[in-house]
Amino acid sequence: MAIGVKVMQRPGREASYMRATLKGMALTFRHLFRRKVTMQYPEERSTETWTLSPRWRGTHRMLTDEQGRSKCVACGLCPQICPANCIKLVPGEDEEGNRYPLIYEIDEFRCVFCGYCQEVCPEEAIHVGVHYENAEYERGRFVYDLERLSAQTHPVSSLWDPTDPRGE
Amino acid sequence: MTPELKGFVLVAVVKTAAVFTFLMLLVAYSTLLERWIASWMQDRIGPNRAGPKGLFQPIADGLKNLLKEEVIPDGANKVFFVIAPAISLMAALIIPLTIPWAAPIPLEFDMTLPVLGRFVHHGATPATVTVLPIGFLWVLAISSVGVYGIALGGWASNNKYSLLGGLRATAQMVSYEVAMGLSVIPVLLLVGNVSFVEIVSVQQQGPFSWLALPLALSAFIFLVSGFAETNRVPFDMPEAESELVAGYHTEYSAMKFSAFMIGEFTGMVTISMMFVTLFLGGWDIPFTHWDEAGGMLQVVATAGVFFVKMLFFLFLFMWIRWTLPRFRYDQLMALGWKIFIPMGLAYILYIAVALWLVDGPLGAASTALRFGLLFLFNIPVLVLVFRVLDRGRLIRGVSVHLPASASRPARAV
Ligand code: SF4
Ligand code: SF4
Repeated sequence: MAIGVKVMQRPGREASYMRATLKGMALTFRHLFRRKVTMQYPEERSTETWTLSPRWRGTHRMLTDEQGRSKCVACGLCPQICPANCIKLVPGEDEEGNRYPLIYEIDEFRCVFCGYCQEVCPEEAIHVGVHYENAEYERGRFVYDLERLSAQTHPVSSLWDPTDPRGE
Repeated sequence: MTPELKGFVLVAVVKTAAVFTFLMLLVAYSTLLERWIASWMQDRIGPNRAGPKGLFQPIADGLKNLLKEEVIPDGANKVFFVIAPAISLMAALIIPLTIPWAAPIPLEFDMTLPVLGRFVHHGATPATVTVLPIGFLWVLAISSVGVYGIALGGWASNNKYSLLGGLRATAQMVSYEVAMGLSVIPVLLLVGNVSFVEIVSVQQQGPFSWLALPLALSAFIFLVSGFAETNRVPFDMPEAESELVAGYHTEYSAMKFSAFMIGEFTGMVTISMMFVTLFLGGWDIPFTHWDEAGGMLQVVATAGVFFVKMLFFLFLFMWIRWTLPRFRYDQLMALGWKIFIPMGLAYILYIAVALWLVDGPLGAASTALRFGLLFLFNIPVLVLVFRVLDRGRLIRGVSVHLPASASRPARAV
């Protein structure tokens, strides 16, 4: 296929550099007094025009039942679906035959925050959270264990709903 | 030493210290101002964390730069790498010392200090560190030394981007120096002296005697060349971060980088001071002769006026920086060599003829009349430059005008 060369029609003779400059300067000068859009982050976390979406998929949180045990039944679905293969699950079983996770770790560095684990979980145990302040001093601290996942308190994500694609 | 000499030395030292301190403070705070204006023009808030309203930001920056590691690249020429920022800083700092920033200071003292002995000083001291009879020739000479710092720094870094930046700086500064030199010759024609003190005193003579009116085109060329001399946008080819990483100071870190930056900002301050002195009456307060009476109050007031005028030009530098995109290199060179230099030459000729007409056949008696008539002579020039020449001729656009046949589709590859 032939490639068409688009020739831009640019103002040549009639364009005045000085006039354009002065116009530009007038524009930038007006901006000096415009309302500033900066959010003062640590003090100010949301404004009326900007809040974190409820569908935000951040670091995980494991929900717990009334006794404080995690809701996870170690079914193995989330490590199965996880595209990043970052969930480590070792199932255990107590005397009554209830399965529970002996080890449940999520490597947040490898996680791609797809939210599949939340979607697939039959017990609504693991969730991705509406949360984004994750700084740590060591890399090792980014592997969240069960205790840490259960201790999180931030709100959990309401994932994309196919019946309400725009979230209205 | 005689008491008079001691007095003279004392006054000189105090003035030097005062001007130097003032300059460094001004430069430090103009970095903050630059960042503020940049952010305000982009609808942001800008630095506001260090101290009240961010006013301690320059101190924080300075401390940080002092404490950072100085990196000298392995392949660099150590000697030149180290002295380059010093040259550029020194050249920048030396110039403002010659510019008068207020009315002469009435200073009389005759005192005896414990160890040093008797100090005597009589008469008004000009409010400038040194009254150089060679005035702006000195400035032109020293400002060409500044280019050594940049070129050396770029070359000594042993980095291709630095070298390119240094070369660009050399070419640009050398060519715009010519234009700048040509643009001050009409001032010389009109005033008959190159000394800053004389130039200011001529501009005090009456209303409308500021040289920006009778020598409008000169002022324009000087201003634009000043932007190019200080490597500021739209002439910041030596840095051109989109092409050259950071240009000549790519390899510099910590205080050496700061030295380059201080040099650049001092250059801005210098050009602003020079423009104010040459074309806007220096420390003159318009429409009054009260400021020439002499007295401490007058000194303070005129210094304030000078400062305000200079601040406006500092603001203009920043304003332009956040308005205009960078020139292409060929546009820059074409503007310097093909436009400003011929224009400057022609303008010298024109002003010479106009001056001869005004002083000779037209016989202007008073200074006001003389300057007014000269301004009238300027109107056709301004119309010619800004209405006729400016139409796509001063700065070439980026469009390539292809012949009609070239616009058909190219062959498939
Ligand atoms: S969000 Fe996706 S990648 Fe992250 S742990 Fe869950 S399934 Fe794995
Ligand atoms: S899908 Fe839910 S219940 Fe199953 S292992 Fe994962 S967290 Fe536990």
